[in-house]
Amino acid sequence: MNRAERLAAILADFAKVEGALLPILHEVQAAFGCVDAEAEATIAAALNLARAEVHGVVSFYHDFSAAPDPRPCLELCGAEACQARGVNALLAAARQAAGERVRVKTVYCLGVCSAGPAARTGDRLHARLDEETLVNLVNAL
Amino acid sequence: MTTVRISDDALALACGAEAVAAAFAAAGCTVERVSSWGMHWLEPLVEINGVGWGPVSPARVGEIVAGGADDICIGPIAAHPFIIGQQRLTFARAGKTRPLSLEDFAASGGWSALTRARAMAPATVIGEVLASGLRGRGGAGFPAGIKWRTVAEAPASHKFVVCNADEGDSATFADRMLMEGDPFQLIEGMAICAHAVGAARGYVYMRSEYPHAIAKLKAAIALAAEHIAPFEIEVRVGAGAYVCGEETALLNSIEGKRGEVRAKPPLPALEGLFGCPTVVNNVLTLAAVPHILSEGGAALYARLGVDRSKGTMPIQLAGNIRHGGLYETAFGISLGDLVNRIGGGTASGRPVKAVQVGGPLGAYVPPSQFDLPFDYEAFAGADALIGHGGICVFDDSADLAALARFAFEFCAAESCGKCTPCRIGSTRGVELIDRIRVGGKPQADAVERLPQMHNARKAGRSREEELALLDDLLEAMQFGSLCALGSFTPYPVRSALKHWPEDFA
Repeated sequence: MNRAERLAAILADFAKVEGALLPILHEVQAAFGCVDAEAEATIAAALNLARAEVHGVVSFYHDFSAAPDPRPCLELCGAEACQARGVNALLAAARQAAGERVRVKTVYCLGVCSAGPAARTGDRLHARLDEETLVNLVNAL
Repeated sequence: MTTVRISDDALALACGAEAVAAAFAAAGCTVERVSSWGMHWLEPLVEINGVGWGPVSPARVGEIVAGGADDICIGPIAAHPFIIGQQRLTFARAGKTRPLSLEDFAASGGWSALTRARAMAPATVIGEVLASGLRGRGGAGFPAGIKWRTVAEAPASHKFVVCNADEGDSATFADRMLMEGDPFQLIEGMAICAHAVGAARGYVYMRSEYPHAIAKLKAAIALAAEHIAPFEIEVRVGAGAYVCGEETALLNSIEGKRGEVRAKPPLPALEGLFGCPTVVNNVLTLAAVPHILSEGGAALYARLGVDRSKGTMPIQLAGNIRHGGLYETAFGISLGDLVNRIGGGTASGRPVKAVQVGGPLGAYVPPSQFDLPFDYEAFAGADALIGHGGICVFDDSADLAALARFAFEFCAAESCGKCTPCRIGSTRGVELIDRIRVGGKPQADAVERLPQMHNARKAGRSREEELALLDDLLEAMQFGSLCALGSFTPYPVRSALKHWPEDFA
């Protein structure tokens, strides 16, 4: 299935869903790694919206991106509970291990606030991180 | 053959429960995956015939199977001090049932409240919710029964029940644990609400940071479809915007729009999702409903708690705390009891410096106020809030000025941008705190010196003048913002300034 067919299939899946834009954008982001201008235009046409409206939504939410980032990603929690458990002291080591190869993204709260510092890679969660386990996690990506 | 019970809650998994479960299976045990007891410092917690071991690593599995590992054995779990001190109504099944087992759910009283409610007139159901005194557990504490009655009495062909599962506050995880551990209870609560208000369709709006809860709840909804029919529930996944936990931003997000806050009125109860009357309730509010609608449940609920804070609150102990986890108890318990007696003080062993109650928009409370009872009005009276019931503990290494700055930074990152005090005030706040920490502003900046900036001040500002400016800014944000993000950001900042002024020097 090429790109256009894939996008058409996603749009067809949600043809009868009320308020379908967010579910569609999640699918497109997962399939293509981004929601680019071309995809925005196609989605806008299918939902009878202006491209500006779709772009407004894409740019509003942290989960959607305009261009793909092929690097592996580590989401590190930077919220208060993980700060209380010392995440700020681990940042430098994580960034150094990551270099340009791995994207280290700060997120606010992964919901394991009694066992921080916490990170997420894909759908896997990691808790009780210290410098060594965090660096190992980055290196394994 | 030995049956071993291990939680498959996201926190247990993050602490390595999967490897422990695999090790027990390899040792010839039957492994049953259950919900979490909520004693997070003991995860992965292993239960064999009611006796618990934790935290367990795969290396200790052999000893446990042989009946050893006494150093990490906690004895009968149900008799643990952390558990027996609680009054678990919403989390009655925690640790005891398999999350996706309809059999376990029905055997522990599941669906009986829905059956009872459906045999009653909708107005009678609402009457019981009113009588219970249940207030919204998301933070605002609005009486649930009044909201339901407003929706029920609104004339419309379509109405909706929306469950707010966008649990973005740091130090909160009760919604996640409920959806992962006892999803059918939430579904039952939503179905009861739908019957009471006349809704045919419900949505659960859940944050994308909770992949395990999304999977569990979707599976549970599919399994429960025939029990709640003709009512239908759909899970909608957020996209990383904290502000979508605000109810009107949440509704916009479900509709496929930017998560911008709507001005109220109109109230969502009258013009909510797709313009229709909509109940928007938090996970914990809806999950409390099956207990309330059980025989005599409303009266029991109303007897618990203090003053206008009725029933129980699932309190979340988090941050730098020795015994973190979920502690459900009646309102009225003191903050000091929660932090010191139950939570065991800090995990680091250092003295407690501050606790933030109610998430990133909640006030920092010093130990001198630890006699505060956990009660909506008592907290409001002390310029603090309960919020969603999260308690985040900090030890004496915390820098409250940095945390106040972070509150502004967080507000700037998550502001929806619709109202000016929040959108711009948050960034000005970060700058102000930076200037206060270096003792003020020696001279006007380049822009202020421009000839066309007629009204700009041409001299610098002293630290005292900067503090007065910060106070002005906080007032503008508190009273001028559209929603709680902008109007509550002053809580953490003001409380930090008031109780720890030395950190700002």
